[in-house]
Amino acid sequence: MAGARTEEEVLAAIERRRRRGHVKLMDAHITLSHGAGGKSSHTLIETLFLRELANPLLAPLADQAVLPATGDARLAFTTDASVVAPLFFPGGDIGELAVNGTVNDLAMAGARPRYLSVSFILEEGLPTADLQRVARSLAAAARAADVVVATGDTKVVERGKADGLYIATAGIGTVEHSLELSPARIRPGDRVLLSGTIGDHGMAIMVARGGLALEVDLESDTAPLHELVALLLAATDDVRCLRDPTRGGVATVLNELALAAEVGIVIDELTVPVRPEVTGACEILGIDPLYVANEGKLLAVVAPEAEQAALTALRSHPLGTSAAVIGEVREEPPGMVVLDTAFGGTRVVDMLAGDPLPRIC
Amino acid sequence: MKYVDEYRSAEDAERLAERIAGLVEPGRHYKLMEVCGGHTHTIYKHGIEDLLPPEVELVHGPGCPVCVIPMGRQDDAIAIAERPDVIFTTFGDMMRVPATHGSLLDAKALGADVRMVYSPLDALRIARENPDRQVVFFAIGFETTTPSTAITLLRARAAGIINFSVFANHVTIVPAIKAILDSPDLRLDGFIGPGHVSTVIGVRPYRWIAQDHGKPVVVSGFEPLDILQGVYMILRQLREGRSEVENQYTRVVRDEGNLAALKAIGETMELRSTFEWRGLGFISQSALKLRPEFAEWDAEVRYEVPGVRVADPKACQCGEVLKGVIKPWQCKVFGTACTPDRPIGTCMVSSEGACAAYYNFGRLTRRRGREPAPA
Repeated sequence: MAGARTEEEVLAAIERRRRRGHVKLMDAHITLSHGAGGKSSHTLIETLFLRELANPLLAPLADQAVLPATGDARLAFTTDASVVAPLFFPGGDIGELAVNGTVNDLAMAGARPRYLSVSFILEEGLPTADLQRVARSLAAAARAADVVVATGDTKVVERGKADGLYIATAGIGTVEHSLELSPARIRPGDRVLLSGTIGDHGMAIMVARGGLALEVDLESDTAPLHELVALLLAATDDVRCLRDPTRGGVATVLNELALAAEVGIVIDELTVPVRPEVTGACEILGIDPLYVANEGKLLAVVAPEAEQAALTALRSHPLGTSAAVIGEVREEPPGMVVLDTAFGGTRVVDMLAGDPLPRIC
Repeated sequence: MKYVDEYRSAEDAERLAERIAGLVEPGRHYKLMEVCGGHTHTIYKHGIEDLLPPEVELVHGPGCPVCVIPMGRQDDAIAIAERPDVIFTTFGDMMRVPATHGSLLDAKALGADVRMVYSPLDALRIARENPDRQVVFFAIGFETTTPSTAITLLRARAAGIINFSVFANHVTIVPAIKAILDSPDLRLDGFIGPGHVSTVIGVRPYRWIAQDHGKPVVVSGFEPLDILQGVYMILRQLREGRSEVENQYTRVVRDEGNLAALKAIGETMELRSTFEWRGLGFISQSALKLRPEFAEWDAEVRYEVPGVRVADPKACQCGEVLKGVIKPWQCKVFGTACTPDRPIGTCMVSSEGACAAYYNFGRLTRRRGREPAPA
C-alpha cells in the first residue's frame, strides 16, 4: 500500500490523531520524561490520571481548580503526605490511604469533605501498572468518600530518590454546624469513646513488610470516617473533641488531649477492643497495640450525659459496630494518661519515644 | 488470647495477692530483687506493685542486656558500623544507646548501613544476600540470646559464609548476681530468678545463692501471674525459714536447662577472663568471646576497634540503678536530662531497663507516694 496516501492525507491523519488526544499509554515504566512536562507527561495525565479521576473540575487540566462558593459554611483545610511502604498491603494501598487519611483529617473537625488535591511524586522505573492500580484505587476511594479530586500535579524523581511513589494531598471540607470541636472543651467526667478495634493498620503493614516470618491474617482498617462523624454529630451536640489515632496510636492521641486540656484520662484496658490476631502479633514483637497506628478509627470525647447516644450512633454504622467506651476524663493526674490494667494494676501510658514502625502511612 | 490470658487473670491475681499479704510478718520489710529486665518490664506494664502489700518492695536487678553494655563497647560497635564495606545488624534497642559521639541511629543517619534484625539468623540471611558486603551482627544478651548466636555461627561455618561476623558481647548472669551479693550497699531478702536464662542454664547454677548466702531464689516466668506466684513462693520460704532454689516456671524451665543450647554455646564460645559491665565495672569470667576456631567469624579479630574504656557520663547513675541501690527516680538526671527520647544512660533506653520501665509505666506509683525509700 506504500505510496497510496497523499502527503495531505498523512498530515490530516496526524492532525486528527493529535486532536483526539493520546489514546494509550504504551510505556511499561515511568521514566524521567513523564515528569518533564512534555508529551509523555500529557499522555500520562490524560490516559491514566484523567481516565480514572475524571470530573468537571479536573477536566480542564488547569494549574488550579476554581471552586464554587460555599455560602455561610466555615471551611476546614488540611494537608497530608503518604509515604507508606509497601505500596500495596492487605486491606488497601497508598492511593486509598491518601484519600482516607485526608478525608479523616477533615472529618475530625466535623467537616464534610469536599475537594482534594493530589500530587504524585513518582520514582523513575515505577511500573506503570502499579501507578494505574494506585490511581484506580485512589479514584474509587474518592468516589466512596464523595470527594472530588479537583486538581493535581505529577513529578518524577530519579531512581533511588523515592520509594516507588509518594502522594501529597490537600483537602477542603465544609463545616455545616456551629459546634467547636476542640480539646479545650474537655471536662472532668467526660467519656472517651473508641469506634472499633485498634492496631489493625500498623500491624498489617509491619507483617506485609516481610522479614518477620509471621503468618497472620491482618488487614489494614483504612476507611473514610466522615459518615460515622456525621451520625455522631447528628445524635448529640455534646461531642467535645474528635481525633483519629493514626501514627502513635490511641496512646499518643490521648496524651495530646490530656496535655492540651490539662486533665487526666483513665483508660480501662479490658474495654479497649483489639483483635486476637493483633494482640498475638504485638505480643511476639513486643509492641503495645495502644501505640500502633489506625487508619479507620476515631476517638470521641463526649459529655457524660451523651455517652449512650454517642455509643448508639457509632454502633449504627458498619465502621463502628465494635465501638466502646474505653475510659473517662478526670481532674487527676493532670496531663497524664493512666491505664487500669486487665491484671488489676495501674500504669502510666506515655507518648511513644522513637518509632518502632517506620513509614506506615 | 489463648496461652496468655490465663496468666493474666485478675481474679487469680487477687487471690494470690491475698495469700501474699497473709505471709507478711508484722513489722518486717521485704526486699526482693527481680534479676531480669523482662520481669521489670512486666511488673510496671501490668501494675503488679499495686497488688503487693507495702511491706514487699521489688528491687530491679542487672538483667537488662542493653543496660549492661559499657560505652566503650558501643563506641567499638559504631566504629565497625561506620566502615563503608559493612552492613551492621543489631537488635532494635541498641540503635538508640548513646555512645561517646551519638548512637547507632545517628551513625545510620550519617550514612552507615545499620539494619535492625529480630534474630542473628536474619543477619546471616542478609550476608547470604549481599555476598560483596561484610555483615556484622552486634551480639548482646545473657544466656537467653547466646544460643541463637551460637547456632548462627555454626550455620555460617557449615554453609561456608565468610562475609559474616559477630561482635560478641554476650554476658552471663551468675557473676553479676555475685557482684550484687558482694556489694555492701544492699540488703536483699530473696531473688526472683530469671526465667528465660534458666531455660538454657537450668536452676542449678543458683544453688550457691540459697546455700551460701541464705537467700531464696524462685525462677519465675514473665507473665504477671508468674511474677506474683514467684513473690508468693519467696515469701513462703522466708516464712518457713527455708532458703532454696525453686522453679515457678516449670512449664518452660527444666532443672538441667537446655543441653543442646549449652553444647552449641560451648562449641562456639569461651569465657573471657574479664569484661566490663556498665556501672558494675570489670567482673571476671562474666562474658563470652568466640573460640579461636571461629576467628574467621569474629568481628573483634577482623576489625580494628578503638577498644577504649570510656567512663560513663558523670551524671549517669545507671550502675546504682542496675545494682538496685537506688530507684530510677532517685537518679539525679532521671526524667529531666535523661528521658526515653533523649537518654543519657542505657537503663533509659531498653524497654527492659528499669528507668525506661519506670518512666513509661510507673510514674504513678511515685505520685501516690507508695514507693518506699531505699534502705
